[in-house]
Amino acid sequence: MAMMSMVEAIRDAIDTAMEADERVVVFGEDVGYFGGVFRCTQGLQKKYGKSRVFDTPINESGIIGVAIGMAAYGLRPIAEIQFADYVYPGYDQIVSEAARLRHRSAGDFTAPLVIRMPCGGGIHGGQTHSQSPEALFTHVAGLKVVMPSNPIDAKGLLTAAIEDPDPVIFFEPKRLYNGPFDGHHNRPLKSWKDHPLGDVPAGRHHTPLGKASLLSEGDEVTVLAYGTLVHVALAAVTELGIHADVLDLRTLLPLDLSAIRQSVEKTGRCVIAHEATFTSGFGAELAALVQAECFYSLEAPIERITGWDTPYPHAQEWHYFPGPKRLKAGIRRVLDGTIERVS
Amino acid sequence: MGIFRVLKVNQHGSRREGGRQGVLLFATVSAVSGIGMNSDHANDTVPSPRHLEPRSALELHVPEPLVRPGGKPDFSHVPIPPAGDARRPAEDAPACDIHDLARTVVRVLDENDRAVGPWYGDTGIDTCLKGLHAMMKVRAFDDRMLLAQRQGKCSFYIQCKGEEAIAVGQRLVLEPGDMCFPTYRQPGLLIAQDFPILDLMCQVFSNSKDALHGRQLPVLYSSKAYGFFSLSGNLGTQFVQAVGWAMASAIQGNDRIASAWIGEGSTAESDFHSALVFASVYRPPVILNVVNNQWAISSFQGVSGGESATYAERAHGYGIPSLRVDGNDFLAVHAASRWAERRARANLGPTLIEWLTYRVGPHSTSDDPSQYRPKEENEAWPLGHPIERLKNYLTGGGHWSEEQHEQTRADLEHEVRESAREAETYGTLDSGPMPRVSDMFEGVYADMPDHLKRQRALLGGG
Repeated sequence: MAMMSMVEAIRDAIDTAMEADERVVVFGEDVGYFGGVFRCTQGLQKKYGKSRVFDTPINESGIIGVAIGMAAYGLRPIAEIQFADYVYPGYDQIVSEAARLRHRSAGDFTAPLVIRMPCGGGIHGGQTHSQSPEALFTHVAGLKVVMPSNPIDAKGLLTAAIEDPDPVIFFEPKRLYNGPFDGHHNRPLKSWKDHPLGDVPAGRHHTPLGKASLLSEGDEVTVLAYGTLVHVALAAVTELGIHADVLDLRTLLPLDLSAIRQSVEKTGRCVIAHEATFTSGFGAELAALVQAECFYSLEAPIERITGWDTPYPHAQEWHYFPGPKRLKAGIRRVLDGTIERVS
Repeated sequence: MGIFRVLKVNQHGSRREGGRQGVLLFATVSAVSGIGMNSDHANDTVPSPRHLEPRSALELHVPEPLVRPGGKPDFSHVPIPPAGDARRPAEDAPACDIHDLARTVVRVLDENDRAVGPWYGDTGIDTCLKGLHAMMKVRAFDDRMLLAQRQGKCSFYIQCKGEEAIAVGQRLVLEPGDMCFPTYRQPGLLIAQDFPILDLMCQVFSNSKDALHGRQLPVLYSSKAYGFFSLSGNLGTQFVQAVGWAMASAIQGNDRIASAWIGEGSTAESDFHSALVFASVYRPPVILNVVNNQWAISSFQGVSGGESATYAERAHGYGIPSLRVDGNDFLAVHAASRWAERRARANLGPTLIEWLTYRVGPHSTSDDPSQYRPKEENEAWPLGHPIERLKNYLTGGGHWSEEQHEQTRADLEHEVRESAREAETYGTLDSGPMPRVSDMFEGVYADMPDHLKRQRALLGGG
């Protein structure tokens, strides 16, 4: 075990996988000599050489396209997209190619690759460095979608993603890279070094995809969250002084529906939180599933607390970000059984 | 049609040939690695070699710059021909007749900053003085905003230090009504037109007078009135839009032209190639500018294919005339831009120009170039500094003096400082006041749909 930031945990997962399996290769914009703009691949080129860790041209379609070709050959590529906001030129390669290769070739060819990308706001990145496009990928058959909320899970889930036989979209909430963040942006920065979830196991650490993690336990309400919003949810619950289940979904697809069902059947109330925009966000899928699976247990309408349906603004970032204040109000409404229509 | 033909070939082909051997090979690797194999082994099949004789093992070529931090800067891979060497063809010369101009460097100012050769002549002293003033103003503005970022008054800043001549020089050949599709390193397109720097600063500070209402990152300006298309911040996306804008001018039988901008790193994006193919097919009035400043964050120009061909040569496959020009030479920039502008205006179609320059500063305030390139590399750049060279040209001809230069520098510094002071009275990102919070809901659509009105009401506030 060692105290690590999320950046270090991601690097450690890649390092461990590269050490164990020479098929693992890493590439993306600035990932080689420089080690990535967030330093997730720092030192790896020096250790494993330029043929396994290298810079690519600025072409996301190309990065993902060559990853598919390498994966089809038999390698285990880990492609980095510098910001999730830049993935769109590669979307066709992901949606039409990587996601369907196994199915359309009847298993003749497959694409076991990982596409890592920093997502989410909180760094004043404006509309081109802040987006959370996870729902654009959960909507696509053939992809797995992961978003860890802490260093231990980042390492475990990335290990599972690298070993997975199918393409995995791996979102890294950039505001969590160097410390937990609960949405109180005016408070001093916290470090993972002082956090129990920063104590990362050494060596191969595998966390199965499709398993949620219960980070707070209680019977009054269930909060479903992932990524940065997990920490906002924990803060909101603590500040409200209530007993709530905070379920960190960790993997959006495949989804741990049994953990969700178990919790909501116990609490009878459900709040869903994510940073991405509201309409057709992953929260809509969650709400529909909870409604269908737990209808007879529900004692209040399901509430969704999300980013607004606008581009991510630069100056008004903290009014866009669904912070503890909005989440607490949402939880309060669900506890009181009142409704506030968002859409 | 194509896909059916492929399927037919596959019916008679032997795509599984040698598959078994491949499985065994990788099963061994897998056992060593300890990573569990799933039941689907299809991915692990590789074709067996058709030839039994030994061959040398393949090796991936991964470009690497000649020098890294700690090393002695070396630009031997950028040969610089003498100033005045490159010929000046007629404006209606076909692309195939000027391929040589994509490998040389069009230069006007020589080592002693005297103007020489066939590209000299179009640029009058008044234009040079205007250009010098604009370039110095860009530099003063950059310096001040960099300081403001360090003081926490804005979230982020991007300098264009060392690249001032390119945007300023080109803007001075364009006319009102023409449209530039810039990158974030061309504020010179605005400043050369005396765009109010106060307004630029209010955008950088994301304050209550920010014309973009705090929606965009600093430096991602927009001004239709000044022919400056809204900067998205994504790379390369707007290069092809410039081609579309120019096509529209041709469709409407107008005489307006477009100027597209991209960095050498972003020429790797598919949008660059889309732009070239549309420009090739429809021959719209557009100048396709590739600013080769050697570095895309930490990636040297070899990572975007600069080792194999020049960026100007990219145009050859599309039959588009292209030039490779000294971007730190204001007179060369102005003359080459004028040549391309006349071609566009005369319905002779697009021109691609690669501007050779050097990114003196970091990529942005979030970057630390000492991690990946020698600190002294800027001083070794063989094409010098654009402001210095133009100043020397003008003083050498008796049109300018050290005293005038120093006075202008001081005046601009004062003007910029006073503007920054005024901009700060309208707020900074750090201290406010900022644009209205509810503004984020406006302008998403022309008419706000009900769901956004409800969300705006939920958020509350001003």
